[in-house]
Amino acid sequence: MSLIQKARLKSLWVMHYDCGSCNGCDIEILAALTPKFDVERFGIVNIGDPKQADVLLVTGPANHRNKEVLTNLFDQMPAPKLVMAIGTCACSGGIFHNCANVLGGIDKVIPVDVYIPGCAVRPEAIIDGVVLALNKLAGVAPVDDEEEA
Amino acid sequence: MNPVSTLIAVTLALVTPIIGGLLAGVDRKLTARMQERMGPPLVQPFYDVLKLWGKEPMIANRMQPVLAFGYLGFALVAAGLVTFQQDLLLILFVMGMADLCLTTAAVSVKSPYSYLGGRREFLAMLSYEPVILMVDIAIFLVTGSFTVAGIYAYGKPLAMVLPLALIALQFVLVIEMKKSPYDISGSSHAHQELVRGVFTEFSGYTMALVELGHWAKMATTLMIFSLFWAPNPVIGAAISLGMFFITLVVDNIYPRLTWQNMLKTTWSVGFVLVLINVAALVLGGII
Repeated sequence: MSLIQKARLKSLWVMHYDCGSCNGCDIEILAALTPKFDVERFGIVNIGDPKQADVLLVTGPANHRNKEVLTNLFDQMPAPKLVMAIGTCACSGGIFHNCANVLGGIDKVIPVDVYIPGCAVRPEAIIDGVVLALNKLAGVAPVDDEEEA
Repeated sequence: MNPVSTLIAVTLALVTPIIGGLLAGVDRKLTARMQERMGPPLVQPFYDVLKLWGKEPMIANRMQPVLAFGYLGFALVAAGLVTFQQDLLLILFVMGMADLCLTTAAVSVKSPYSYLGGRREFLAMLSYEPVILMVDIAIFLVTGSFTVAGIYAYGKPLAMVLPLALIALQFVLVIEMKKSPYDISGSSHAHQELVRGVFTEFSGYTMALVELGHWAKMATTLMIFSLFWAPNPVIGAAISLGMFFITLVVDNIYPRLTWQNMLKTTWSVGFVLVLINVAALVLGGII
């Protein structure tokens, strides 16, 4: 593993975009970023700038209004980049899936690397998702827990 | 200068980004401890820069990478001028050129956040550069020379004759390191009303260069502060590291203030402190 590859795994800068979630998942994300959980010890920093971010955290379902913003943010992020769909709404549209204005999950608009279901997601699930994302960045195949058991 | 001391001076100038990076790691660790957190490892800033270096290049215009290289280059030249014991005024102007590269890069793109950050960085320069100039003049009045070599030749520690000037430089360090209450041009913390201010449009390797340049400038500034106890470099380093620590404490207990407050404080408090110091020296018959 090259030095830059190693540095990538130790320094994830995350950016959070709310597609119109009910704020349940947003609160869980912000809780995971507070000093109590101290994610900075793993090099994870919350940053507001898509040009410097490595991970895009998206909550809420995609709709006709926010799909352009979402695409714009995704395009502004330099590779290698990861997208995490956080919460059932971001994964599939959730309870809004058949609304007239809703497209569905955010994977209808941008490619998603990690899906984290839950309404609202549990912080443990977010951390599990981050581990999956790190494996993807390192090029390691994810372990299927159910198959092992 | 003999070849050995030339080699030492060149090496010292070239490792300023590494010293600055380690200090940035200490900064993040100490800040975390002050907030009752563990904090990232000491070498975390180097992980960040390596990662930024390995990212896909995505530049806003062709001028930006040139100016990012210019920022690091001028910062290294300023470090070299200090280690080669050159003119303090020249060091101030070369550091100003480095800042000018950063601000020009920030205002060369059409992003309002970057533009506002660049303008605020200009205001920061307007706040602290006259104070440094005043301190340089005070040093000239005491030592009779504007050069770093002159400070060494003076023999006695400058901190004993210019203590108030050192306090004025503490304000400069807070602005220079972009720490609260005067981190108005670019936010390194979670308050993101400017997105990233002057750094908004940098990404990938240009951001890595800007980080390295910022560390080099920070280390050079601290190196200049250590000249206030030139006869003994250990005490000099202790003084500059003490000022670094005070900056971190201030960063953690102060909210961000406005640029008006920054300009008023540095110009009034900074100027007055240096003037009182010089007046006391004149009245005391020292100069």
